[in-house]
Amino acid sequence: MKNLNSLMAAYLAVWAIFFVYHFTVARRVARLQDEIARLKQLLKQ
Amino acid sequence: MATAANPTLPPKTGAQAAATIAVGLLLAVAGYAALFVAPTEATMGLIQRIFYFHVPFGWSAFVSFAISFVSSIAYLRTRAPKWDWLAVSSAEVGVPFVTVMLVTGPIWAHPVWGIWWTWDARLTSTFVLWVLYVCYLLLRTLIEEPERRAVVSAVFNIFAGFDIPLVYFSIWFFRTQHPQPVIGAGGSLDPRMLDVLLLCWGATLALLALLLRQRYRVEALRWEFERLRLESENRAAPPQTLAAVGPKGRSA
Repeated sequence: MKNLNSLMAAYLAVWAIFFVYHFTVARRVARLQDEIARLKQLLKQ
Repeated sequence: MATAANPTLPPKTGAQAAATIAVGLLLAVAGYAALFVAPTEATMGLIQRIFYFHVPFGWSAFVSFAISFVSSIAYLRTRAPKWDWLAVSSAEVGVPFVTVMLVTGPIWAHPVWGIWWTWDARLTSTFVLWVLYVCYLLLRTLIEEPERRAVVSAVFNIFAGFDIPLVYFSIWFFRTQHPQPVIGAGGSLDPRMLDVLLLCWGATLALLALLLRQRYRVEALRWEFERLRLESENRAAPPQTLAAVGPKGRSA
């Protein structure tokens, strides 16, 4: 079981990098959708 | 890939959630195979299993940057915004893939080489690749005007793309500490290891496709937002400007 910690660190790093990236993209999509909905509402008035 | 309201906006459906779950499951299966199914390498032991993340993420990063490179050429030829969106989306998605390569490589190297990092040709050219694409993304934030931003960044992207073959072929062109290829000509990879490696590459390509689609959606939404913002600004124009123009375009 030598280097198990290093292997786990690498595995967790992969998941962490993609979790953070996926989160930032999802947040940008949500923010833009909110802004678009607000502008559409504004244009309806 | 289009909606009735906006022909460039990918539809938001349950298929997106299903694809996310499917890719998550595929990554979990690939991770399990890398950790428990692939045979343990004789000399390096457990730490060699990093190979199953490091190599597929690297290959997928090359695919992502190659898409970006081709998209930038297509943009300069056609000036169609969709190519610029695809170029920036694939460049940005490629960055975390290279980051995985740059993080997992030193974690493997420390117990095997006794050092975290060395400035040899493969490692240096990979680091330069990462820096180039981060600069590409930063460059885009510095130019306001969309068309100028697309042209300047496309030219920079084509320049950055020439580092991709340099990274890939650096182990043939230069004497490096990086391991030589284990598949293809001269490779000696155990067939069970090769199966797991290909499974992991398939999983990373699926992840790449999923993220690319989501990131492309950001660009399409940004375009829609800009269109609506301009429309709202035009409507909010001062009334005298509208009244000043008569039915035949003359001053009232």
